[in-house]
Amino acid sequence: MARVLIVAEHDGRTLNSSTARCVSCAASFEASAIDIAVLAADGAAVAAQAAALEGVTGVIRVDHPANEFPLAAVAAPQICALAADYTHVFGPSTTFGKDLMPRIAALLGVGQVSDIMHAESAWRFQRPIYAGNAILTVETPDDRPVVATVRTASYQAAESTGSAPISERAVEAEIPTHTRYVELRSDSGGGRPDLQTASRVVSGGRGVGSMENFEIIERLADALGAAVGASRAAVDAGYAGNDLQVGQTGKIIAPDLYIAVGISGAIQHLTGIKDAGVIVAINKDEDAPLFEVADIGLVADLFTAVPELIEALGEQAGGNS
Amino acid sequence: MTVVDTILVPVKRVVDANVRVRVKPDGSGMALDGVKMSINPFDEIALEEALRIRERGETAEVVVASIGPAVCTQQLRAGLAMGADRAILVETELDLEPLTVARTLKALVGRENSELVILGKQAIDGDNNQTGQMLAALWGRPQACFSSELSFSNGIATAMREVDAGIEVIEVELPAVVTTDLRLNEPRYTKLPDILKAKKKPLETLTLGELDVEPQAQFRVLGFETPPERPSGEKVRDVAELVLALRQKGVL
Ligand SMILES: Cc1cc2nc3c(=O)[nH]c(=O)nc-3n(C[C@H](O)[C@H](O)[C@H](O)COP(=O)(O)OP(=O)(O)OC[C@H]3O[C@@H](n4cnc5c(N)ncnc54)[C@H](O)[C@@H]3O)c2cc1C
Ligand SMILES: Nc1ncnc2c1ncn2[C@@H]1O[C@H](COP(=O)(O)O)[C@@H](O)[C@H]1O
Repeated sequence: MARVLIVAEHDGRTLNSSTARCVSCAASFEASAIDIAVLAADGAAVAAQAAALEGVTGVIRVDHPANEFPLAAVAAPQICALAADYTHVFGPSTTFGKDLMPRIAALLGVGQVSDIMHAESAWRFQRPIYAGNAILTVETPDDRPVVATVRTASYQAAESTGSAPISERAVEAEIPTHTRYVELRSDSGGGRPDLQTASRVVSGGRGVGSMENFEIIERLADALGAAVGASRAAVDAGYAGNDLQVGQTGKIIAPDLYIAVGISGAIQHLTGIKDAGVIVAINKDEDAPLFEVADIGLVADLFTAVPELIEALGEQAGGNS
Repeated sequence: MTVVDTILVPVKRVVDANVRVRVKPDGSGMALDGVKMSINPFDEIALEEALRIRERGETAEVVVASIGPAVCTQQLRAGLAMGADRAILVETELDLEPLTVARTLKALVGRENSELVILGKQAIDGDNNQTGQMLAALWGRPQACFSSELSFSNGIATAMREVDAGIEVIEVELPAVVTTDLRLNEPRYTKLPDILKAKKKPLETLTLGELDVEPQAQFRVLGFETPPERPSGEKVRDVAELVLALRQKGVL
């Protein structure tokens, strides 16, 4: 019987939806226990949100001043101290989980399964390799803990209709002092939906041409109530912040609607959008590889097509009201 | 002023990032015969950073190390040509899991007395993104993963980390492990004279046994599959048709 411990991702106030996606992964192989560990300075609010997730059997609150910020070196020994009661330790394959989970695995003396996209059973998983060019099926032994990250785009978030018990625990673990959190610098957002969970995303690429021009992408996003994304080339050129990069080394997303503007469609970009519902490409080069995967393609200069589209959407909104 | 004596840069030989690799028809692995191989792009960035640290006078030497078959000397020579001082090949025909790679690197850190290891954040073949974090855990030292800027002062490294919410700044005491993100730097081009000079630089070969590492395979690989292709859709002629198509698909 599988007993899964999930490490909660949060910012001190709000539980990240990546945690609810890990719950769905554990529920998919009918784990007999799905517990969530909340490490925080004061985890009351986050623990309450975790306890509400459907399928969760318990929430363990570990309050400690050292847990104010999510540092892998600080969290790993505490999670290891809790792990003895479980067959599985899961985290999301966000930058939070990617940083933390291998450290936990190595402390437990086991390997890690990265980016679970499907679980055939509690010990047999599928994961993407080679930038999504292949899917690997691996089996893990059942005589030691399974440490894994869950590819968040592959699972829906569990609903918030449950009410699991919350317990408080003081863990016996040596907490290192060699790592200090300084600050988080974040400039993007602008009140727009979160890229990782938005149902609509508009991304701009190198074709947009400059930071000033990138405003056109933001305006289209606003007309659709969409989040903004970017290709690596656009981020490298400084048009957009690194937290907006979509792809193999950025964010893997699965919105209902993805509109790529001035993006060629390199394999590293495509791997980040494979699970999107409808993909739209706007590109002036009719041979751009993105057209091979796009559900709807428009060969056009973005500087004429995008303003027209914004206008058409405005008329539509006007017509509806 | 020197911050550390020796920086260790592990480099993995992987399929070149521009090659579109495919699964073998029988699903037993990837079709890699005759495919162009390179240093993992993130490791090239790691090496570039180490070289810049040396050029600032903050380290005395940069050592590149690769774990794999004898052909990995190609990538080590390429690293020497880029500017590394010497190279170590830990020769094995086995396809090692990240935990064993991390154990091997831990042994190398001890052997070379290295106080800073800079790795790529992920190898673009297995896309594991584990080795640096595992090495840091086994070594009992801090990790600064996904770094896009790195500086040193008084035995402390300050790293800007590319995280989902933006840029996170952390400070870690040395010795430490750093893993690189793409925007840390842009690797230099190698010049022809440097390729010739690299032939004379020391390249040592070791075995796992000499490092007291027992390889362990925990995972059983059951097969490789090609992911389902997304069928290509329709082309529309103008924005009016685009809006119509979006409505028909129910996303507007
Ligand atoms: C290890 C590694 C990891 C990577 N990870 C990622 C990743 O996570 N995400 C990512 O995106 N990339 C990633 N890349 C980079 C990737 O290979 C491509 O270089 C990148 O995606 C290209 O971005 P782009 O499409 O914006 O630029 P380009 O490839 O330069 O494409 C620009 C496009 O804009 C079009 N265009 C230009 N002007 C106009 C106009 N006026 N109107 C309409 N169209 C126009 C052009 O026709 C062209 O198709 C990675 C690469 C490596 C090696
Ligand atoms: N066989 C290897 N030889 C040398 N370095 C390696 C090897 N495997 C992994 N690495 C290093 O570990 C990093 C992360 O790899 P991975 O955890 O496999 O994604 C790589 O970017 C390399 O720096």
